[in-house]
Parts: sequence; C-alpha cells; structure tokens
Amino acid sequence: MRLNNKIFFIVLIIILLLVLIAAIALGAVQILPSEMMSALMHWFKGEQSNSIYENVFLQLRLPRVLLCAITGAILAVSGVLMQGLFRNPVVEPGLIGTSAGAAFGASIVFSLSPFMSPLFKTILGPFLVPVFAFMGGLAATYLVYSLAKNNKRVSILPLLLVGMAINAIGLSGVGLMTYIARDPQARSITFWNLGTFSGASWFQVLVTGMVALVCIYISFRQAKKLNVLLLGEQEAGYLGVEVNKLKTGILIVNTAMVSVATAFVGVIAFMGLIVPHVLRLLIGSDNRKLIPASIIMGALLLTLADMGARLLLAPAEMPIGIITSIIGAPLYIFLLKKYHFNQNHL
Amino acid sequence: MMISAEQINYSIGNKNILNNISIQFLPGRCNLIIGPNGSGKSTLIKLLSGELDNYDGRIMYNSSDIKTFTKLKLAASRAVLSQQTELGFPMTVEEVVMLGRNPHFEFNPSKKDIEIVKEVIALLDLNSFIDRNYQTLSGGEKQRVHYARVLAQIWESPKGEQRYLFLDEPLNNLDIYYQELFLSIAVSLLNETTTLIGVVHDINIALRYADQLSFLKEGAIIKNGAPEKIVDAILIKEVFNVDTQIIAHPATGKPIVLF
Repeated sequence: MRLNNKIFFIVLIIILLLVLIAAIALGAVQILPSEMMSALMHWFKGEQSNSIYENVFLQLRLPRVLLCAITGAILAVSGVLMQGLFRNPVVEPGLIGTSAGAAFGASIVFSLSPFMSPLFKTILGPFLVPVFAFMGGLAATYLVYSLAKNNKRVSILPLLLVGMAINAIGLSGVGLMTYIARDPQARSITFWNLGTFSGASWFQVLVTGMVALVCIYISFRQAKKLNVLLLGEQEAGYLGVEVNKLKTGILIVNTAMVSVATAFVGVIAFMGLIVPHVLRLLIGSDNRKLIPASIIMGALLLTLADMGARLLLAPAEMPIGIITSIIGAPLYIFLLKKYHFNQNHL
Repeated sequence: MMISAEQINYSIGNKNILNNISIQFLPGRCNLIIGPNGSGKSTLIKLLSGELDNYDGRIMYNSSDIKTFTKLKLAASRAVLSQQTELGFPMTVEEVVMLGRNPHFEFNPSKKDIEIVKEVIALLDLNSFIDRNYQTLSGGEKQRVHYARVLAQIWESPKGEQRYLFLDEPLNNLDIYYQELFLSIAVSLLNETTTLIGVVHDINIALRYADQLSFLKEGAIIKNGAPEKIVDAILIKEVFNVDTQIIAHPATGKPIVLF
C-alpha cells in the first residue's frame, strides 16, 4: 500500500504546524496564540515587552521548540542516509558511534576548556563546541566504519559490535570528562546520555539550523545516487555512480549535522531508526521522497517527544532520550528479528 | 569498432587469475565465454566492463583506452547484468528498472525514460509485476527485473555511438523458456553498433547462440572462434575434463555435446 504523495506531504505538514503550535503553547506556563502574535509583533518592531508570557515565549519556548524540530529533522535524515549507505535498516547515528563520539568531543570542551590556549578559543569563538563535536563524531564514525569493513563490504554484525565498543569508549570518555570537570556549570552525564532541550538558546537554533540547511540540501542533491546505491556498490558503479566519492561525501555531511545537534542537546537514540522505518512503509524507499518526508516527520516526532518530556512529569522534566528509547528500542528489536535473525549473514 | 583486450594479466595477491589474455570482440555478433568453475570468466567480464582497473595490459573500446572514460560516460553506453543482486529495502519492480536509467537523467526521469522503462518491462513479461515489491519475487523473477533494468540502461545508444552489453551467467535460476527469451532478446539487439559479451554455463546453449565462443581455463584462453569450427570432444575434454560425444543438431546442423 502506497499513499498518494501530494496528499501525504500536505497532511504531514499540517500536522507538523499544529504540533509546533501546541508545543509552544503548552508547558509550565500556558501561552495563548494571541500572546504569541503580539510577542512576534513586538519583536518585529524592536520593542521590549513587559509581559512575562511574551518573554517566556520568545526566550524559552520558541527556541526550544525550533531546536527540537531541527534536531528531529537532522536525526531522521541521518537515519535515512546511514541506512542507505550501509544498505541496512537497523543503522542509525546512535548505534554506530557518531553521537557518542560527538558527545565526547563536546564534553572535552566543557571540562577542559580552562586548559586550552586562549588564542585557540578566540579563533573558534562560539564554534568551539560544535567543532570539537564534529571531530569526535567523525573520528568515531570513521573508526567504526573502517574496523567493521571487510573486503569492501560492511556487514551488519561487525558493524553493530564495533559500534557498541566505540559507543562505550565515547560515553566513558564523556563520563570521565564530567567527573573531572571543575566548572560548576559542567553539564551532567544524564544530559549526554539521554539528551534534553531545556538549555535551548537562539544561538544554538541558528547554528544547528544553518548546518542542517546546508547538510540536508547537499544530501538531498545526492538522493538519486543514493537510490542507485540500494543495488549495491558494484551495480551502482556499473550505473555510473562514483561510489567512494558519494560515500565519503555523505559520511561527512551526515557526521557534521549529527555532531552539531549532539553538541547542543546530547545523545538522542533511536530517532534515526523510527522515522525512516515508518516512512518506508508509507511511501517506499525512493530517497527523493524519503529525505523531505523525514525532515517533516523527524521534526514532528521529536517535538512530540519533547512535549512528553516536559508535560508527563510536570513540573519536573525528564530527559527526552527516555521517551525516544521507550518507543525506539522495541522497534529496533523487531527490525533486527525481521531482517537479520533469519539470515545466514548475521 | 570493437572491444579488444591486449595482453591482460590480472592477479590477486600472488595468485594469477588471468594470464596474458589477448582477444577481440566484434559488434553485431554473439560473443560468448565458457569455461569450468574458477577459470576466471567473471573476472574477465569485470575487467572488460571497467569494474576492475588494477590489471596489466590494455582494454580498448574502439580506439579509446577504457581507463580514459569516467564511470558516468561509460555507464551511458555500457550495461552489465551480474549473477546476483540483492536489495536492502523494499522497492517496486518499476522503481528498480528505472534505476537503469540513472546515467541518462539529472534528478527526475524524463518522459522518454518512463517510456523506455515501460517497453523493457513489457519485453520481459513483467507487466503484472510493475507495482510488486521486488523483495517478494522469486529468484528467476528478480533476474528478469535486473535484465529489464540493464536493457533500459542502454536501450537507445546516442546517435552513431556504440553500445555494449555484458551478461555474467545471466541464466541461473531461469527455466528454459526464459533462458531462450534472455538470449534471443540479446541477439535481437545486435547490430553494427551493439557489442555483446556473455558468460554462460551451459555448453549446449553456448553452442547454439554463439557466433564467437571462447574457451577459458585456468585464466587463459584455450581456444576461440566459431563453435562449429573449433568444438570437438578433444577440446571439451581438455577444458572440462569430461568425456563427451558430439553430434549435429538435426534441424540446425550445429554441434551438440552429449555427456
């Protein structure tokens, strides 16, 4: 069963908009649509508003919901890209080391920045954390990929096992960094392991948004080639695709966007698994449709999950990773069982 | 106008896979390669089609060295049907066949691409499968889908230019109806701008279709030429180590190997 594409996209976008508005409105403080409008008007005219509701909306709720939506889009598209690259539906950034490596890189900055040269810090400025996260994410992903590779082919069992080991190293590194951190502001290990959007700022929205825009655009341009890659590397070569160039390029843009998101919000597992799986059932495996649909559905689902994180135990807040894992882990087991337990190559 | 290999040597580690192979394949003829398991047939196809490039010697398409082509340029006029191709994700038969048009469009297929896909799907009796999930097909049906994809890739060669079709043991999993269909389609495409090179397993199918038959053993070409001129029991014994008798087909007069 395939859905009509146009209607599917329109419905998905409408649901996303409704969810975004609901996510902005609901919380410890309720914000009415009229207050959102007047806050935007004030902001547009450059006026300061005295209303606490308008300030909560502008300074807390809006950046949080936007960062959440962008991160959801990044993680979902990343799932599509990695699954296409590895030709396997059980791959996602949380499982093959990308997120853990990025978290390690970012945590180094938080804990050891007092020891870094001031010149170095001045040059990188506010991009210190994203850059370290990218280096960590890239190193981990490359390590997993090259260790799991065997005769030009990446089979899933070594990939998952090596991924597990690199994940463990990355997260132990994070643990060590939070342990030795002197900075009282150093973030907690829970943040890195389970993720949260509670610290969202406009700066983070801007950086993540720009990186996402560039990286997702580049990957979308490669969607046709990624389709051909579904036939395997040899066949893709016969069909004119420069496979190694494609793989390297996709790996880099994918790592860049996942790392930046991870640097700001921590590791959020299983998003990259859930969204592509559901979408493939609904609209098929064509990456030219799958990537745009993943942007919308990733944003939609992660915003919902964050609403859950904020509202379920209100006034307390739980880490968002708990919610994505409760949904994602059973699906992961289901996929493993369906695709791999019956095949000889595992 | 031809594909020619000049003194090809290819080895993996210190094991020689192909030894000093020099051979020419002319357009408009059915060029088939046959030989025992492990004789290097598939490797030879991979070299001739440009998949492997770390060999000694030269492979020429007409007057150009194959190494001077980009992958995309080559893919516009050269297609390869491999022994086995698996898909990681669900796709419809139509989508898989459309992948064959990859070298010909930028991002979205043109009207012409869609027409060509329809034509090859009809040619291979796949009309009732168009919307089926590829992964649910039988081995033989999958092979027909890939044949359609490969034909779509070089269905129309650019004006005056050559096109090249490689078939690497295409008949596995097929019943005799489709074995006949596969080869008769390939033969029907042949003309002065179309070169066909195929590896087949079945000696009698090879004898029936080949205009030029090459016997490969331990990485070397033992004999090469028109089947009725070169095939005898001594050659078959030398290549396959099987005692056989050779008779003439009652209708066509072509040789048949009995064993």
